[in-house]
Order: sequence, then structure tokens, then C-alpha cells
Amino acid sequence: MDQPKALPTNYVTQPDKIATSKGKTVRTEEMIINMGPQHPSTHGVLRLEIIVDGEIIVDAIPHIGYLHRCFEKHAEHMTNYQQVIPYADRMDYVASMNNDWAFALAIERMMKIEVPERVEYIRVIMAELQRIASHLVALGTYGIDAGAFTPFLYCFRDREEILDLFEMTCGARLLYNYIWVGGVSHDLPQGFIEQAKEFCTYFKPKIKEFNDLLTYNEIFIKRTAHVGVLPRDVAINYACSGPMLRGSGVHWDLRRDDPYSVYHKFEWEVQTGKGEVGTVGDCWDRHIVRVREMEQSVKIIEQALASIPEGNVQSAIPKRIRPEPGDIYVRTETPRGELGFYVISDGSGSPYRVKARGPAFVNLSVLPEISRGAMIADLTLIVGSVDIVLGEVDR
Amino acid sequence: MELLQHIGLEQNLLTIVLVSALPLVFILLYALVTLYLEMKVSAHIQDRLAYMRTGWHGVLQPFADILKLLQKEDTVPAAADRFLFKLAPFVVFAGTYAGFAAIPFSSAYIGSNINLGVFFIIAASSLVVIGILMGGWASNNKWSIFGAIRSAAQMVSYEIPTALAILIAVMITGSLNLQEVTQYQSGGIQNWVVFGGSLPLTQKLLILPFTLLTFFILFIASIAEVNRTPFDLPEAESELVQGFNTEYSGMRFAMFYLAEYANMFLVSAVAVSLFLGGWSSPFGEALSGPLWDLFWFVAKGMFLVFVQIWIRWTLPRLRVDQLMYTSWKVLTPFLFLCVFAVGLILVL
Repeated sequence: MDQPKALPTNYVTQPDKIATSKGKTVRTEEMIINMGPQHPSTHGVLRLEIIVDGEIIVDAIPHIGYLHRCFEKHAEHMTNYQQVIPYADRMDYVASMNNDWAFALAIERMMKIEVPERVEYIRVIMAELQRIASHLVALGTYGIDAGAFTPFLYCFRDREEILDLFEMTCGARLLYNYIWVGGVSHDLPQGFIEQAKEFCTYFKPKIKEFNDLLTYNEIFIKRTAHVGVLPRDVAINYACSGPMLRGSGVHWDLRRDDPYSVYHKFEWEVQTGKGEVGTVGDCWDRHIVRVREMEQSVKIIEQALASIPEGNVQSAIPKRIRPEPGDIYVRTETPRGELGFYVISDGSGSPYRVKARGPAFVNLSVLPEISRGAMIADLTLIVGSVDIVLGEVDR
Repeated sequence: MELLQHIGLEQNLLTIVLVSALPLVFILLYALVTLYLEMKVSAHIQDRLAYMRTGWHGVLQPFADILKLLQKEDTVPAAADRFLFKLAPFVVFAGTYAGFAAIPFSSAYIGSNINLGVFFIIAASSLVVIGILMGGWASNNKWSIFGAIRSAAQMVSYEIPTALAILIAVMITGSLNLQEVTQYQSGGIQNWVVFGGSLPLTQKLLILPFTLLTFFILFIASIAEVNRTPFDLPEAESELVQGFNTEYSGMRFAMFYLAEYANMFLVSAVAVSLFLGGWSSPFGEALSGPLWDLFWFVAKGMFLVFVQIWIRWTLPRLRVDQLMYTSWKVLTPFLFLCVFAVGLILVL
């Protein structure tokens, strides 16, 4: 048998890369392929440069920035703190309410504003409805990644109901600008509470339907169990958060562990991946964590709707918001994980510096780590299970 | 040819061409119906309405779709192998169309009543692989190549279970000629091979579980052969961006689609002819005759096509290694068992 030809120096020699046929040695090569930015399952404009050996991924390098809109710079150049909120809306456009809340909370903490009890309840209801809506998008598109188109439309059907609720509250269906510094823009409209309660009763059986159709489907389990395993320590080292972290079995939810608002008044549980069908921290665990978080959100909403107090929806705040010079970091739990705003104020009417710590951006950084050795078909599922929103990754 | 003699036509070139174009007419009509059916079935599965504006419940939409595809510019990528790129869709369709030659549509019509009918269909439909490989390769696109290679691996692997399942039907009926296989099953639903054929009762009861299993495996394998969900890896949209036909547009793209739809019916027709009594009426002598035969055949075939659509819009997709696993480690061993058992029972 001939000796294989000398390989380039930067080439890692591996015995299985040399195939022999009819006495000849054939060297197989790794191939670089571009996945995105126009690819159906990169969830926006993510570009992945993947190096593959056949169908096996040797490395996947995410390239981001296609949707960069200078959020932080814009925030510094607003004439008013309130004006930053519509920009925060556009970061994670699937979960605008949660973004608004995070920014408003940062300013409120900076200025030590106490918001009325009713506002806290409204914010919790909105944020949890938004969490359900966001998870529905994540789970639905995850079905498409796995090749099942039908669950996607079921998810969007239910999401419509939530968007209707938002529309009747603030008139917008995607980018709300609803949660303001010191309160919310409008009080809940008449009939909102009844309709929201109706939604909760309607939605609970739909989760079971979704599970029957997709989550416990044999093929789906085969595709997602043991795939893209993110071990506990790696998840912590990469500062993953949200369902990504909880999927790896870490009990960590900012709503409980760094409490804000009135979450402590409600009964709910933090859901973690347990490796029921595969390994702890695989794609299926992240999927089931999202499904179960929807159930918990419904629980929170029901309790909040039952006990919402009367009162004002705006606290008395100065017309012109001018926080004392200083800085603050406030973090909240969005559907994707820890969204934090670091705001420096110089005492003027607009922030001196705003830094957003986006959960999707941080979660995405672990992608190369967990996709090595997987197949191309797995990669789409791994990207889907990270649940990125490019608006927030690139901001 | 029997048909020609049957209706008293002379056997010259023109009539041969006309008669052999009959399946083409059927395929075109069927493709229109199935295009509509696929959209409507998927829509109702997904809690939608699908098209409602073009004609009554959107019945004219398939025509609009086809007109749109006809008008589209026929683009060829700059770096593509032009000749192979342009040829590929026709090879795919030709492979499928050739298979229709040996399909007995009715007691009075079969394109070519050859003795090795089933064998010919398996052989002819293998040509499809070459077309897909050709298209993927000639596109000069890495995603297309992935699709093409996956397709080749998949179709070659799934021909084994298909062939074994067909072998079982042939063992029971004792013929490779689909017309004879169908005649063997005529006389009512109880004589269908899927229910054990027209064997004596004890043998029939013994053989029943194996024939049922074989039929299901044949159906699974045929879904894999036509590249539909859950085995649609060659054109996995979320992974490979349509795979081998990514670079195609207009008429050539439509050709791939036509071939896929035709192939869906072809595999269903084979399954129907071998296991579900072909054109024979399920009620014995009642409702039979050349036109009724055609009706039963198409109805049974369309039912299986409907099931394929149903499955497509319900299930997720398998991964490429799981696909191979299913074929080689699940379906094939089960079929070996069936071949052995059926052989034993027939000898008894």
C-alpha cells in the first residue's frame, strides 16, 4: 500500500480521513460551507461558517452583525430616557414587553421610583403573556427545524390570541412601547381580564395537544435526545442563561433568584431539564423546559389576574427624567434568559452610556462548543434550541 | 397492445404513440388533482383554509401555479454543468414515467403486459436516482451535492426492503406480471394479498400477520423512495434549502415536482397492484368492468397518496444515520423474517 501524500502542515492528520480503494489511497478533505445569512433555519440573518467532514461538523463559527442597528449609540443620543424604550422594543422583537420592562426597571431603580402595585401586576401579566408568545415562536420554529411544519401553525394560532390581548391594551401587536418608566402607557382596557382568563383556560389543553404532536413524537425524540448536549459546567462557564441554562439542570431563574416586581407573591416553580429521554442538557431538555415554562407562566397569569388591585398606572415622576449621576446594572428574566441593562447617567436628560447584556448573544457563543461532532441536520436543531433572535444578538 | 386489438385499431406507429401517451395524460391530470389535494389537506391539518379565491374553493389554483412556473425564467447557474443541469429533470421524470408502462390501470389497459412487470418497475424507477444525482452535481452547489448524495444513499438502501416486500407478494401470487397478480386477487377483498391472498383458510390465517407487516413495510419504504417526509432528507428545507433542486427554476423545477408526484402514485400503484387487489373490485363481481376497474385502481392509489400527504404534514424528519438504521436494521431484518415465514407457510 502506498504511503499517503504529505499533508499540508495545518492539516490535522486523522487515520479515518485516509480511505483506500483498489490499492490507491484517497485523502478525503474537509469542506467549508456557508450556512446563512439567507438560510431557512438560522432564524434570521445569522451566518454560520461550518467546516464539515462529510456530514459531520468539525467546527461551526457564527458570524453576526447583519442586523446591527446601533442600539447602544442610539440610546446615548436620545433627548429623553423615555425615548429609548421604543429602541429597546426592537432588540428582541419576539419579546418586546420584557425588553421594555428591563430598561424601565433600570431607570426606576436609578431614580428610586416606587411604581404602584397595579402597575407591577400589569407588568407581570404582560411579561408572562409575552413569555408564552415568545416560547410559542421558539417551539413552533423548532418544529420546522425538525421537519414538522404543522406544530408551527398551531403555535402561531395560539400566539395570535396573545397578540389580540396586547392589541386591545396598547394598539400594537409586535413592538408595544407599553411599559414606561414609572408605569405603563395605558390602563388595562375593559374586558381584558375576562379575555385573558378565557385565554388561560383555552391554552392549557393546547399545551397537551402540542406535546402529543411534537414533544413526545418518537421521531422528534430521536432527533433531539442526546443531541447538542450542553453540560452544566460548560453552560455556567459560558454564562448561558434562561432555558439554555435551565435545560442543563441548573436551578437559576432571576424571577426567583434576583427578585424584582411581585413574582414572590405567586406560586410557581423553576423548570429544569432532567434528561428524561436523553442526557441532561440536550436539545430535548431545552425544548421541554420551554414547554413547561409556558405552563408555569399560565399559572402566574391566572394568579395575577385573580388578585390584581385597583389603582393608578403611572407613578408621580418628574416630567423630565434626570437620574442622579451614577451607574446601575439591572437584570431581568426574559424568555431567552438574563437581559441586563448597564446604564451610566451623567445627570442629563439622556443616558451617558447604555450597555445591553443580551441573553441570545451570550447563549449563541456556546454554539461552536456544542455543535462539534454533530451532523448538519443536528446543527439546525442546535441553533433552534438556542432560540436566538438576531435583533437582540446584533442589536 | 391488447388494448389496440381490443378496440380494433391497427398496430402502427401513430396508435402506439397515442396509446403510450395515455399514462402521461393521466399523470398530468393526477398531478393537478394532487397539487390541489396536498394544499387543501395540509391546510385543513394545520387549521387553515388554503386558497379560496381562485374559483370555487380555489380549484383553479393548480392551473395558476403551473402557468406561473411556465412563465418563469429558466436560469442556469454560471458555474453549473449546463448539459447535465438541463438534462437532469427529464431523466428523473423519464425514470418515473417508464415505470407506468407496466402498471395495470384496468383489466383492459396496461401499457406493456410484460412478464417481468414488477421487476421492470423497480429497474426503471432506479433511474430516478441518477437524475437526482445529476441535478445535484451539475448545480455546483454544496447544499445540492449534499442533497444528491443523501438521495442516492437513501434510494439505494430503500430499494432492498421494497424488493424484499415485492418478493413476498410474488411468492404468494406466483407471478411477476402485475396483470396476473391482480387477476389472482380478484373476487373480493378477502382475496387481496394483504389479507393472505386466496389461500386455504388455515394457511391464510397463518400468513396474515406477515402479509400485513410486509404491506406496512413496503409502504414505509415507498415513502422513502419518493423522498417524502419523514424521509425527505434530499430536499430537507430546514437543513439543505431544498437540496438537489435548489438551483432550479421555472419549468425544470416543475418537472422535478411532476416527477415527485408521479412517483408518489407509482409506488402507491405498485403497492395497490401487489397487495390491495389492483383494479379488482372489493365486492367480488359486483361493480366490475373495464371502467369500474379503472375507478377502483385510481381510488385505491389515491387513498395511499392521501395517506402519504397526511404523514407528510404530521411527522418531523429523520436524520440521515437514523434513516439508514431504519432501513438496514429494522425494515430489512423484519422482511427477511417475513420471507422465511411466508416461504415456510406456502410449503406447508
